[in-house]
Amino acid sequence: MKRWVARGAATRGVLLAALALAVALPLLAQAPGPDYGEFNFLGLDRRGAVWIAAQLHLLFAAFVLGVPMFAVVIEAIGMFGGDEKYDKLAKEFTRLLLVAYSATAIWGAILVFFLSTLYPRFWAYLTAIFAPSMWVYAGLFFLESFTLYLYYYGWDAWKKGAAKKVHWCLGIMLNIWGTIVMFIANGWLTYMMSPPEGLTVDTAPQTVQLWSAINNATWMPINIHRLLANVVFGGAVVGAYAAYRFLTSRTDEERAHYDWMGYTGNLIAIGALIVLPFAGYWLGREIYEFSQQMGITMMGGFMSWLWIIQAFLIGILFLAGNYYLWIGMGRIPGAERFQPYIKWMLLVLVLGVIVWATPNTMIADRDEIAAMGGIRHPFLQVLGVMSAKNTAVNLMILTTFLSFLMYRRANKDPVVPWARAGTMLQGAAFALSAVVVVFYGVYGYFVTAIVRIGFSVYQVLAVLATILFVIGIDMAMLRGAKSRGEIRWGRMPDRSQYALLILAVTFTWLMGLMGFARSGIRQHWHVYEVIRDTSEQAFTPALGPAATIISICVLIFFGLVGFIFWLGGLAERSVYREAEAKVRAGHEGRAPLGDPLPAPSLGDVD
Amino acid sequence: MKRYLSHPFWQGAIVVVASYVAFEYVIGYALPVIGVASAPVPSSVILEYMLIVLVGILLYMSADEERWQRFREPIRATMVRRDRRTLRGILMVAIPVVIGWLAYERVKPSYAAPATLRAVHPAPPNQLTFRGETIELTGLENPLHEEGSMAEHLAAGKRIYVRNCVPCHGDLLDGQGHYAPAFNPVPADFTSSGNLPQLTESYVFWRIVKGGPGLPREGTPWDSAMPAWEQVLEQNDIWAVILYLYDQTGFTPRTWEEEGEGGHE
Repeated sequence: MKRWVARGAATRGVLLAALALAVALPLLAQAPGPDYGEFNFLGLDRRGAVWIAAQLHLLFAAFVLGVPMFAVVIEAIGMFGGDEKYDKLAKEFTRLLLVAYSATAIWGAILVFFLSTLYPRFWAYLTAIFAPSMWVYAGLFFLESFTLYLYYYGWDAWKKGAAKKVHWCLGIMLNIWGTIVMFIANGWLTYMMSPPEGLTVDTAPQTVQLWSAINNATWMPINIHRLLANVVFGGAVVGAYAAYRFLTSRTDEERAHYDWMGYTGNLIAIGALIVLPFAGYWLGREIYEFSQQMGITMMGGFMSWLWIIQAFLIGILFLAGNYYLWIGMGRIPGAERFQPYIKWMLLVLVLGVIVWATPNTMIADRDEIAAMGGIRHPFLQVLGVMSAKNTAVNLMILTTFLSFLMYRRANKDPVVPWARAGTMLQGAAFALSAVVVVFYGVYGYFVTAIVRIGFSVYQVLAVLATILFVIGIDMAMLRGAKSRGEIRWGRMPDRSQYALLILAVTFTWLMGLMGFARSGIRQHWHVYEVIRDTSEQAFTPALGPAATIISICVLIFFGLVGFIFWLGGLAERSVYREAEAKVRAGHEGRAPLGDPLPAPSLGDVD
Repeated sequence: MKRYLSHPFWQGAIVVVASYVAFEYVIGYALPVIGVASAPVPSSVILEYMLIVLVGILLYMSADEERWQRFREPIRATMVRRDRRTLRGILMVAIPVVIGWLAYERVKPSYAAPATLRAVHPAPPNQLTFRGETIELTGLENPLHEEGSMAEHLAAGKRIYVRNCVPCHGDLLDGQGHYAPAFNPVPADFTSSGNLPQLTESYVFWRIVKGGPGLPREGTPWDSAMPAWEQVLEQNDIWAVILYLYDQTGFTPRTWEEEGEGGHE
């Protein structure tokens, strides 16, 4: 019954979204009415309404696009590795999708209603160009929905042999439909940022070719950036789900399972985060090349302080991600030997955050400005430029990877004869990478900007190559390694779970902030230098009001996600009933921290 | 003493104090003494740094269960132990008083201009007008590189700079001209690595042509005293003074991406 309700809700959401699109498309494409509709709800104007609807639609969409990507990988690990616990985990991830999917559709429908009623002329303009792609979008949405239903509800029916492979292929299809859907929607929004060359305010929308409109300068960078970011976001939200379930669990078995799930979610999020700056760099470069004005507005002008806020958020991500790993080492026998290194890694991270958070132009009063001889600090200004910040972030990525490596190796002793040489090689790779990063960071101060921009590519490549090289050695070296003891899953202090929750909230806030940056750099244009915003909101909001709207979005999102988490708990309540009964019958609910618990069996989950 | 130094709580306290001393006094006052260019760090930045340090200390202390227990022990003891009643009483009065004083310091009326955040290099327009003539800024190069004698251009630039720019930007090009102390914001320091090397010559051209009155919306507050020099100087005068600025400071202007590297405009 519950499943039927979930399926019904999702179907209704999809139908609602399709209906909204079907009604809005033909009617409003020809609407000759006013340019803007009236809206005022609790002080929220039309732009605020569209902003919130679009942001919430995007957050849920990112989740439902990100989770299937790693769910299908985890299913494959279970299928080809023969370990059923991975299969069960993949299914548990997928369960979260069902309600989130309908929420995506509902917010999408609200967004379409808002756009078509509050911005009728602009919506008519967009539909005049993109209508065919909108129909394809709606069709793919149907395909994606029903593939998701087949994927989830067919999980147990198609569990063995060839049927399992077919089921796995359904997961792949789900990803393909979702990715195309996202690519299409990205075409619409990137057109607003970077319309094709040659378009002017006088160009009739009917004369704009559909493919040239979609395949604009920032389309593919946004596609790649969002693909990666969706994985990061999906991992963080399932990590938060696991943390919630961990904190509300009543049995050791339940705690062990959700501890493992939280670790997996965090690993996915942080792993994908490491490559995200590459995609972000490409996007930023394309924006700059498309329009110098847009690029400077984003990086050096009006929005330059937004990057200080971003630096803080990224700092929180790095610190919380590492903290979770360090605290998790407390439940791994043998991790004690790595404890002395933690303070030095933390020092690198704290110095990295300090460098990244150092503003180029400082908030200062008149006396402070007079003392500095300007708005830049004579000494700290060396930390305010990209050379310093790129160096800092690359060293932070290396440090995070080192934390992960220690965590991975904590309870293992390699038995291969070349273990010592391999470890030294890994150390040399780390050192070499750090030297490359610092060298190009320092050298960047002595070359022109155009040369310096290229240095960041060398820095990131050095770090990524080190990660691949070191992990390759590690995998070979730990084959058949001697174990110092099983990981005591579930033996985590509660504060570790708050780190997972903080990660999810920070990622969500960060997505809101970066969305504001991407959209805000158009300034007073609906379509940059083609369709001017003539409403009373034809200005870019300052950071304060923008932060308020972003926070509202984050609160609504986590309110709804909290409901989804609660539903997820309802669905699994019976699973742990037996174990809970044992606890109530007199067993200890939480074993002492030193008492080992086997790895989660998950035999009866779901 | 050794007992205190090995205790996590006091280690944390020492790091907090040492960090504050480093940010406030070492950077602000000790570095200039040994000849390194520096100045007191603005309070907004000190606050940022100290928050980061504090978070780092708390993370370190709580990353290990045993260390966390030891870190919390003196706090807990002060809050509950009978023999610490005097200290507890002092803290219960002192903490609200300090918080109240900090709150008062923040909200008390002041005649000082509020701390401001200006976009020092606001985004330029794609095109500008010079006495009615439209000039495309994107991709614009200094025409004097291709014509005439560079020595003559530099001599002309020097002459124009001394006649028009020295009173504010100074004879050392460091923004310390005779009028500079009267201005807020202070005139641009051309010797700073944060100015000329970050900008294309076309950007500098735009700023000289349009000055403070031509700052875009994001350049608020519009209180720059820089005149719009298009009413006084010819285009080539401005290009010449730009050549002079880069020549004197030794900086290289930012350049446009080569065509074929994906340049859109």
